[in-house]
Amino acid sequence: MNLPHQSGQEILLDNVSKFYGEVLGVNKVNLSIPPGITSLVGPNGSGKTTLMNLISGLLRPTRGRLSVCGLSPKDPETYFRAVGYATQYDGFPRGLTGWQFVHSYLRLFGFSPADTERLAWEAIDRVGLREAAPRRIAGFSKGMRQRIKLAQAIAHRPKVLVLDEPLNGLDPLARAETIALFKELGSEGSHVLISSHILHEVDLISDQVIMMSQGYVVAEGQIRGVRDEISEQPMQILIRCDKPEHLAAQLFTHEQVVEAKLHADKAGLLVRTRHAESFYKLLNHIALNGVQIESVAPADDDAQSVYEYLIGTGESTK
Amino acid sequence: MNQFSTWRRQVFAIMRIDLSKTFFARRGLWIYLLALSPAVPMFAHWMIGHETDQLGVDVQIFAGIFQFFYLRIAVFFGCVGIFMNLFRGEMVDKSLHYYLLAPVRREVLLAGKFLSGLVAAISIFCGSVLVQWIGMFIHHPAPLLNSYMFGGPGMSHLVSYLAATALACVGYGSIFLAAGVLFRNPLIPAAVILVWEGLNGILPAILKKISVIYWLKSVCPISIPAPRNNGNNIFNLLIFDIDPAPAAVAIANILLLAAFVVVWSAMRARRIEISYGTE
Repeated sequence: MNLPHQSGQEILLDNVSKFYGEVLGVNKVNLSIPPGITSLVGPNGSGKTTLMNLISGLLRPTRGRLSVCGLSPKDPETYFRAVGYATQYDGFPRGLTGWQFVHSYLRLFGFSPADTERLAWEAIDRVGLREAAPRRIAGFSKGMRQRIKLAQAIAHRPKVLVLDEPLNGLDPLARAETIALFKELGSEGSHVLISSHILHEVDLISDQVIMMSQGYVVAEGQIRGVRDEISEQPMQILIRCDKPEHLAAQLFTHEQVVEAKLHADKAGLLVRTRHAESFYKLLNHIALNGVQIESVAPADDDAQSVYEYLIGTGESTK
Repeated sequence: MNQFSTWRRQVFAIMRIDLSKTFFARRGLWIYLLALSPAVPMFAHWMIGHETDQLGVDVQIFAGIFQFFYLRIAVFFGCVGIFMNLFRGEMVDKSLHYYLLAPVRREVLLAGKFLSGLVAAISIFCGSVLVQWIGMFIHHPAPLLNSYMFGGPGMSHLVSYLAATALACVGYGSIFLAAGVLFRNPLIPAAVILVWEGLNGILPAILKKISVIYWLKSVCPISIPAPRNNGNNIFNLLIFDIDPAPAAVAIANILLLAAFVVVWSAMRARRIEISYGTE
């Protein structure tokens, strides 16, 4: 994502640092994020929320510059028409109904009353809260509060949507519907920047990931691309075949193979190799010698594995 | 849509949100109680203990309650509650970011919030003055009351009290709005201001002018006579002004002070960042 070419549609961070007094928020972040769904992954305190607050203009960088689609947060009247942000804060203005919440803040955008009403209902419909909207937010469930925040963030149709832990508290159905909405927004050419600690969901929906640790960006790009760059960590490959024991015996004689073990279902073999390309060539050769191979697939190029390799196993992610 | 029209629309939108919160919030109930607290003895006076030939005394009592309690305690703390909550209350509720994520200049946001605070404070406290006025004077015979209100100084007194109340809301409102923008715990500056305003009567002439209450006293229509046998009472310092300013100068000074504080707050509001975790 560190692209030298800039089309004016990227989120650009140029050597951005943020300190809270002596405490590091994020440090020396350089990113060029293209449109699509981008996930921000990292444990508590890694700087995800700080980065999102910087991109959404709620914080000012201590050092460096940032822009979104060519706009600067120093010009709020244009910047915040392009940016929508659903924060992780579970705070709402007191006494408002779901409808009033979305409608009231949409009025600040200067739309006509008719457009304001239409856009507010449109956003509420997109998150599936039309029936609940006339009720007070104080009586909403956690999932409903998440969705009404999302409605408020998308109501003005921003080009850049920043979502901090947007799937927290959602039941499976709402989660699936929300992910579908993210995909829809991403396919419309919007930026959708999501932080999540549920990494398999990140895998399913992200065009690219940004991995953070202790205020630094430790990896960025497409998940598989990031995995390929972790050369010191042997790649794990799952081979489905008819004779896994026989295959394992053959593979052990080759130096590319670091480890081979039977899969739990006994119908496959998990192999770890430092040289994936040459290993695939080797596998083609073995396949010609009587082993019926059904499938070959990387087993550790998901976000969870990549993150564990980068940050260290046993560290909880958020 | 031109820029001014957009700003005006945004200010009205901010006022709609904030006014409903200020007027109808359950946690703001104490402000109504505080504002109406002087009306209780006045209505009690009407119902149980009035003497119909004491209009002049009632005028003095009203003036005393207004200057000694209403301006210094009720309006002061009411403005603390209303104006400090405009920013600080939203920080506590973690809802300020909804404003900051809108395409609104911080100066416009601050203007909208200040105006909504003013509308609320003036409505509540000037409304209370009217209620108190009714409670204090309604029991007098109609001819006497008519003569006082329309043939005498009554109407001008009432207008002056309303003006002093509104100016108190403007002056204290601007200061407490600024405190809400600048301080994490604005109650500390509020306490400092309370002490400063309380000491106004014993401050040197140059220092006493750096206050709201000094100018407000000059807008009040009646000087309260000192108690005959207790001329050196410390409380006299709170009420009397040995060097009053002309009302027009007093009004101009309060408005200038408020304008200066609001503009300064608007400049500081540009630096507001959202970091609820550290609040």
